[in-house]
Amino acid sequence: MNEKKEIETKATLKITDIDMRFKNEVKKIPGGERIMMCFQCGTCTADCPIARFSDSYRPRQILRMAQLGLKDRVLSSDQLWLCAACYTCVDHCPQDVEISSVIRALRNIAVREGYMPSVFKELAGAILETGLAYKIPELRLKRRQEAGLPPLPKANIESVLKLFNRTGFSKLVGKGGNSDVRT
Amino acid sequence: MSELRYLLFLGCAIPYRVLSYEISARKVAEKLGIELVEMPDYNCCGLPLDPASHDVMLTLAARNLCIAEQKGLNIMTLCPGCAGTLRKVNKMLKEDKHERERVNEYLKEAGLEFKGTIEVKHLMQVLAEDVGLQKIKETVKKPLTNLSVAEHNGCHVVRPQKHIGFDDPENPKILKSLIEVTGAKCLDYKDETECCGAPVIGVNDKIPLSLARDKLSHMKAVNAQAVITICPFCHMMFDTNQTRIERMFNETYGMPVLHYPQLLGLAMGFSPEELALKELRVDSSKVLNLL
Repeated sequence: MNEKKEIETKATLKITDIDMRFKNEVKKIPGGERIMMCFQCGTCTADCPIARFSDSYRPRQILRMAQLGLKDRVLSSDQLWLCAACYTCVDHCPQDVEISSVIRALRNIAVREGYMPSVFKELAGAILETGLAYKIPELRLKRRQEAGLPPLPKANIESVLKLFNRTGFSKLVGKGGNSDVRT
Repeated sequence: MSELRYLLFLGCAIPYRVLSYEISARKVAEKLGIELVEMPDYNCCGLPLDPASHDVMLTLAARNLCIAEQKGLNIMTLCPGCAGTLRKVNKMLKEDKHERERVNEYLKEAGLEFKGTIEVKHLMQVLAEDVGLQKIKETVKKPLTNLSVAEHNGCHVVRPQKHIGFDDPENPKILKSLIEVTGAKCLDYKDETECCGAPVIGVNDKIPLSLARDKLSHMKAVNAQAVITICPFCHMMFDTNQTRIERMFNETYGMPVLHYPQLLGLAMGFSPEELALKELRVDSSKVLNLL
């Protein structure tokens, strides 16, 4: 794509790219309620530690795209997965928009639409197997014993699986997990 | 029965990779008269899956809270991520009837019900609020007066302020005062309250390593002799990943990274072996030689 065409593509919003109901979808998820209160002051981006070290991650921009209804662009964007959830933006936002919670709500919708970095599939798999987000290696369990630490308690996996099924998460994990986000 | 009695919620990262934190925390807890009861049947706090599904996070967190309610004990965690998640969910389910009913519908499937009868605290909160600085001071036998350190607070112990309500996230003082009780000097440095970057390392490593390097360089600039952390993830960023950072930026730090209970334990008179200092990736002998 030549440079001129790239600028045109970026600058032109087609009405067909806009999903007017998207903001309502975001508002329905806990944490996403106040998305439309964002007036684009940029405090979140200015104070974001990730944005300082990234050329492309701008929370203000993600919020604006979501407000406008650029659903596909937001949900397929690799940047969506760069929020560290340090909550600095939540504490600093003058409009009390829980920015990182809105971003989390957008991630939840992205996962429903089939965009999920593979790391979440791995985490979910480990939790279903052991109750914990990581499979603890035998060597580490042995080291616990040597150090005189009590044995690690075992979670009732059946009970965890029931909750995964009841919340619909088991289906989600089956659906997503193919997009390996590397930004 | 001891008044300082908690269910210990170990979470995932500590048993997986940061045993030195658990070993040292148990040592100092015992010395302070904190009774830790092993939490049975616990699962991941839920935080790692929040980006994928908010409801599954709520349900995993609530399951842990239900187990603690059945035991009739408050929870203490060592990981700020677990503490933040369990505290936030506990508060929200207590206050928001609609959400409580919705989550209880999920929990019913596993024969559980959230009632809202317990509290959750991070180790740092237990030390500051329940044990108290004075009592900690009384256990200090070898004040670490030759030592100047930098603290790294860990975001989830203080943020978001409206949900956590502990210390001042813009000007955190509690970890500093806990450090100063040991006799060590706690230095101010640039961008002290900033995140270490750990949560994004699963999808990108350049950004978080740059962030951690930035903090290390600011700590070095004020001549910190060690970094003190209270979070397994922050610890991995500064300790486990330090050589990666050094290679990536062609710089040398050699900055020891101690868990707060290791620092306190040294001041209490425990030996480096008892506090598992050997398990740290960055050699801590520079610090020990100063004592």
